[in-house]
Amino acid sequence: MARAAGTVTAPHKLGFLATLRSDGWWVEPALVAVGLSVFLGYLTVSAFLDEWAFEVGPYLTPVFEPKLAGVSDYFWFSPALFVLWVPIGFRATCYYYRRAYYRSYFLSPPGCAVGDAPKNYKGEAVFPFIMQNLHRFFMYGALVFIPILWYGAFRSFYNTEEIIRGVEAETGFGIGLGSMFLCVNAFLLMMYTFSCHSFRHLIGGGLDCYSCSNFSKARKSLWDRVSVWNQNHRLYAWASLVWIASTDLYIRLVANGHITDPNTWSGF
Amino acid sequence: MGEVTLSIFRGDSSGGDFVEYKVEVEEGQVVLDVVHTIQATQANDLAVRWNCKAGKCGSCSAEVNGHPRLLCMTRMNLFPEGEPISVAPIKTFPLVKDLVTDVSFNYEVAKEIPAFKARDPESGGGYRLQQMDVERGQEFRKCIECFLCQDVCHVIRDHPDNKEQFYGPRFFVRLAELEMHPLDTVDRTDLIRKAAGIGMCNITKCCTEVCPEDIHITDNAIIPLKERVADEFYDPFRWIFRKLSGK
Repeated sequence: MARAAGTVTAPHKLGFLATLRSDGWWVEPALVAVGLSVFLGYLTVSAFLDEWAFEVGPYLTPVFEPKLAGVSDYFWFSPALFVLWVPIGFRATCYYYRRAYYRSYFLSPPGCAVGDAPKNYKGEAVFPFIMQNLHRFFMYGALVFIPILWYGAFRSFYNTEEIIRGVEAETGFGIGLGSMFLCVNAFLLMMYTFSCHSFRHLIGGGLDCYSCSNFSKARKSLWDRVSVWNQNHRLYAWASLVWIASTDLYIRLVANGHITDPNTWSGF
Repeated sequence: MGEVTLSIFRGDSSGGDFVEYKVEVEEGQVVLDVVHTIQATQANDLAVRWNCKAGKCGSCSAEVNGHPRLLCMTRMNLFPEGEPISVAPIKTFPLVKDLVTDVSFNYEVAKEIPAFKARDPESGGGYRLQQMDVERGQEFRKCIECFLCQDVCHVIRDHPDNKEQFYGPRFFVRLAELEMHPLDTVDRTDLIRKAAGIGMCNITKCCTEVCPEDIHITDNAIIPLKERVADEFYDPFRWIFRKLSGK
């Protein structure tokens, strides 16, 4: 009998937003919804704006990294779309973002002990959300992006162009504010990837016996480290999202002449 | 602290309502103290389940101002003075009377989980376990079975029909403890996917938020189990590797 469904009795009710809570439970999901909409919205628009300059001197916005623009004349759409499906898929299936958007967008549930929006809930057991199990494959792709982003960050310390936006510039090694933006961006995206739950599982979470071999002991050490990072996965998720949007905006503003980048090659 | 108003649900499965009680509260008291005072002085027939009053037996689960909490671990000075405090039974399980619910769903689920089965003993006749191998499970063994995580989980809280297909967070903790045990030989991955219905969990972490033992239910139990299910059922590369390596 006991596993039978049963019913909900007073003082509780079923239904959307049914709750006995009287505190501001809605504040967090509302803020998350606004934050996700602003930053993901900006990045989505940015990915399509390949006509608005996205590189200047040694700087290339990370949204277009690795650089595929100009590789072929047959691209009738933004070249960013060739590569962005990996980080987009990685974030869309990320365990933290799932929590965030299930609560804020799908209202399932909007808050703890607050009534669910869907009437017939099956979660990630059925299509389309069963596809969240593909997260690990996007994670493998995201691992490839770490050296690519660091390459872009290191490249930003070496200028090869003698004239940038009509102004003479020195070539060779140097440093600019844009270089700092790109380095922080690569670091945050690296930490976001390395703190991923799937990565934690891959590194050692799937093992049952850590002491059984030297290899499993080494994996345990790594797993311990990744577990510490994993506790801050939400922080890295937000910091990397905000920073990549900020980096993209900064480089575009410099590239389009709206602001000047302070650097050692001469201002551009 | 002075006088406070507790609004306690009085009733049974046929219906009921909140009844207000005014009571003097002393410094350092918890909600269970105040409920006991009311029971002793104003409502002798008030039903409340409790046992240890130390946050270790998991008996006094209820919803205080709508938040799933242990009555014995909720201090009265948490609440702003002058405002009534509501105390309700937990929602997910059938109401028996006042603050007491029938949580036997959980004991029925527990029966369905295959028990621990150790591998053969070592040559000396026993087992040697390293601390590094058991420390993950030690976190899970802190569970006091208060069932607050089961109560707050929207999969069964807001959809009672799902109780037939979903074990709930407490039992993912139990399954994680068994699955990660270095001596255990039973493979429960198929059960976790099908009977336990782990796919229905959308990891919104309310179970972790309400756990009085601070067990990281989502990060350390549910997500690792989801990954193990993905290893076995949703990862063709691992499937090929298993076929080739014979593991």
